[in-house]
Amino acid sequence: MSNVPVNNGRRRFLTAATAVVGGAGVVGVAVPFIGSWNPSARAKAAGAPVEVNVGKIEPGQLIRAEWRGKPVYVVRRTEETVNNLSKVDDQLRDPNSEKAQQPSYATNAYRSIKPEFLVALGVCTHLGCAPTHHNGDFDQFVEGVSQGFFCPCHGSKFDMAGRVFQGVPAPLNLMVPEHSFTSENTLLIGVGPDESKGEA
Amino acid sequence: MKNLIKALAFSLVTVVSMSALASSGGANLDHANNDLTDKESLKNGFKTYINYCLGCHQLQYQRYNRTFKDLGIEEADGVANYMYTGEKSGDHITNTMPKKEAASWFGTAPPDLTLEARLRSPDWIYTYLRSFYMDDKRPFGVNNKVFKDVGMPHVLQDLQGVSSIDEHGNISPAMGGSLTAEEYDIVVRDLTNFLEYVGEPSKLDREAMGVKVLIFLFVFFIISYFLKKEYWKDVH
Amino acid sequence: MLANFMAWMDKRLPLTDAWNKHLAQYPAPKNFNFWYFFGSLAMLVLVNQILTGVWLTMSYEPSGDGAFASVEYIMRDVDYGWLLRYMHSTGASAFFIVVYLHMMRGLMYGSYQKPRELLWIFGMLIFLVLMAEAFMGYLLPWGNMSYWGAQVIISLFGAIPVIGDDLTLWIRGDYVISGATLNRFFALHVIAMPLVLVILVFLHILALHEVGSNNPEGTDVKKPKGSIKPEDQSKFKFHKQYTDKYDIVDAIPFHPYYSVKDIMGVAGFLILFCWVMFFAPEGGGYFMEAPNFEPANGLKTPEHIAPVWYFGPFYTILRVIPDKLLGAIGMFSAIIVLFLVPWFDRGVVKSVKFRSKLHLLNLIQFSVCFIVLGVLGTLPATPTANLIGTIATFGYFGFFVALWFYSKNEKCKPVPERVSH
Repeated sequence: MSNVPVNNGRRRFLTAATAVVGGAGVVGVAVPFIGSWNPSARAKAAGAPVEVNVGKIEPGQLIRAEWRGKPVYVVRRTEETVNNLSKVDDQLRDPNSEKAQQPSYATNAYRSIKPEFLVALGVCTHLGCAPTHHNGDFDQFVEGVSQGFFCPCHGSKFDMAGRVFQGVPAPLNLMVPEHSFTSENTLLIGVGPDESKGEA
Repeated sequence: MKNLIKALAFSLVTVVSMSALASSGGANLDHANNDLTDKESLKNGFKTYINYCLGCHQLQYQRYNRTFKDLGIEEADGVANYMYTGEKSGDHITNTMPKKEAASWFGTAPPDLTLEARLRSPDWIYTYLRSFYMDDKRPFGVNNKVFKDVGMPHVLQDLQGVSSIDEHGNISPAMGGSLTAEEYDIVVRDLTNFLEYVGEPSKLDREAMGVKVLIFLFVFFIISYFLKKEYWKDVH
Repeated sequence: MLANFMAWMDKRLPLTDAWNKHLAQYPAPKNFNFWYFFGSLAMLVLVNQILTGVWLTMSYEPSGDGAFASVEYIMRDVDYGWLLRYMHSTGASAFFIVVYLHMMRGLMYGSYQKPRELLWIFGMLIFLVLMAEAFMGYLLPWGNMSYWGAQVIISLFGAIPVIGDDLTLWIRGDYVISGATLNRFFALHVIAMPLVLVILVFLHILALHEVGSNNPEGTDVKKPKGSIKPEDQSKFKFHKQYTDKYDIVDAIPFHPYYSVKDIMGVAGFLILFCWVMFFAPEGGGYFMEAPNFEPANGLKTPEHIAPVWYFGPFYTILRVIPDKLLGAIGMFSAIIVLFLVPWFDRGVVKSVKFRSKLHLLNLIQFSVCFIVLGVLGTLPATPTANLIGTIATFGYFGFFVALWFYSKNEKCKPVPERVSH
């Protein structure tokens, strides 16, 4: 057995050094376990931005795209439709898009980059059904309003900027995803205008 | 303990000599001498693959965008110059060759090549692509010294030219190709380099991480050694 | 504050008592050498396999159609997936290296002798379950060697008379190895066997602590109570569970002395492990076999089917016996005789250090034969290989036979009372 007195200071130092370095090692080992939970390349590919050619859409027409597993409605609004948007403001829950259902560049009267094109998720903000687009016969749901979206599941109604009417179960405006125009007729869903500037 | 070491040494000798004895002796393969850090070489190999191989052989586990990123190809440049079938850059590198028909055309469907370099080794691929010779008994008029009676035609023939084989099994230098022998070897080497990369795209990351981890472990070992020695003063 | 918390816990769960009984006041012989690292290293590798295994299960697809592709998904698409995969595959081979060395220690120092026979049995059960676990795990990547290796080994069961063919059909769940086999092996490999393994390891350590660790000299560090003079007693404090029954000498508390030494051992082991994992994960084609880089194909047999290297010794014994049924019996016997070592050894001296030269030579020839059998298991079955394998098989079984004979009246050196330095 040793007769040398115990050097406690040295012991404490070495124990601390081992613990600190060992702790760094444990953190290092944790990195792959935690990192592996990030979206994989497969998830990123499936969730990748979607290009849509909007050049051939007729005025008043709606086409459906799919992005991240959800339907995206792209509507080519006429000038008249855009001008009539403010007429229903007093019947809406959130006419000025104060709730965060759209990116900053779509927080305007027509809730999009180009007034001509509405880009919104076709997912009712009540319980997720797909609202139907009514182009001319919407006044059966809202008097004096000829165009809008009506959700068949529980009767929620949205205007031609995707804004939700009062008195319906849905609480929020239809969500507007990040989107941008990479050319005159090419809509890129999933990437905002600042990021897509770096794209082709 | 000493005796155990002697025993282990003896078995090592036994092992080595037995391996020599029992070795089946594969074909002598040339060395590809790949350099996975040579991005120009990898890009050339990628290009060759797209132009000559992808028609029949898929790389179904490898994505375009991963390849662009690892090889230093700009996304736009990659989409324009390396993707001819209109998929998105996040897609896997596939083709549209119908498997059943391909099996009847070639005897067997051309295999996917993503892992070929790990299955057979880069040296094998390098030697194989340079070992075709004329053989009119075969459906496509060629045979291969490394892979006897292979079902694959010599796709790179316009680059290499044609060779013949003598009765000793030596292949003559190729004639009539658009490239010289040295140029062709470089094309094949770049292609092999690319296939080795595709077999394990994370290889360079792995080795780089390994260096850092081992340095850390040496430091940790030294510190823990001193800790052990300090406490064990109590015992001795 | 911590003291109050511990007091609250201790009234409800014997935490501090367990800590003392099994760590801080557990008497471990002070003369553990290099061979004594492998128990704690085996536990480290077990934890590694479980953690990386669970994480792999998050991305792996256990179906005949999707398994192979899901492994490449892990290797390429999942962040750090390649690292988790290599940790698991390198860990599997490391497990067997560590466990074989751990067992060798037991043989050299007679750690299986009374009263540690049950400890040895638990260890052998762990070894058996480990082999099943590794065998089933190797099918999961659904590579061509996975398929054909499983095909060969499962068809061994067909050698059993009368029930053989029905048994293999039942094990496979299909007429050939298929997705049905894969799915059940997945369930057993991920859930059932690990659970059994963890329970067995717990029992293994409990049985160890009940009788105390052996040491390289094979002497007892726990002496009968009252036989040691007060001034010769150990200066360390040990748990009353031990001091009530024994006078303890030549022992030190496991914590901090062996915890600190084992940390150093872990660091050294990890250097070797990480060197392989980061720079040679294929292990020269032995840890990850080349034919496994193409998907399972029932119509395309690899040039040379062999089980993974760690099954080599037992596979060679199987192969050198020309009859299918006798070969299978021979292979299983090779494992059963290991179970029975405590009874083959009729001696009372534990450590090779004090036993006869004959015993030392017997141990050496056994190790050499085991290694030779292992190497042969990776080589093709040529006549020369079979001849050497046959000789090595005699050497392997001969170890136990010879031991039974000479251990009864063995001429051993006198065993000292105290551990010498």
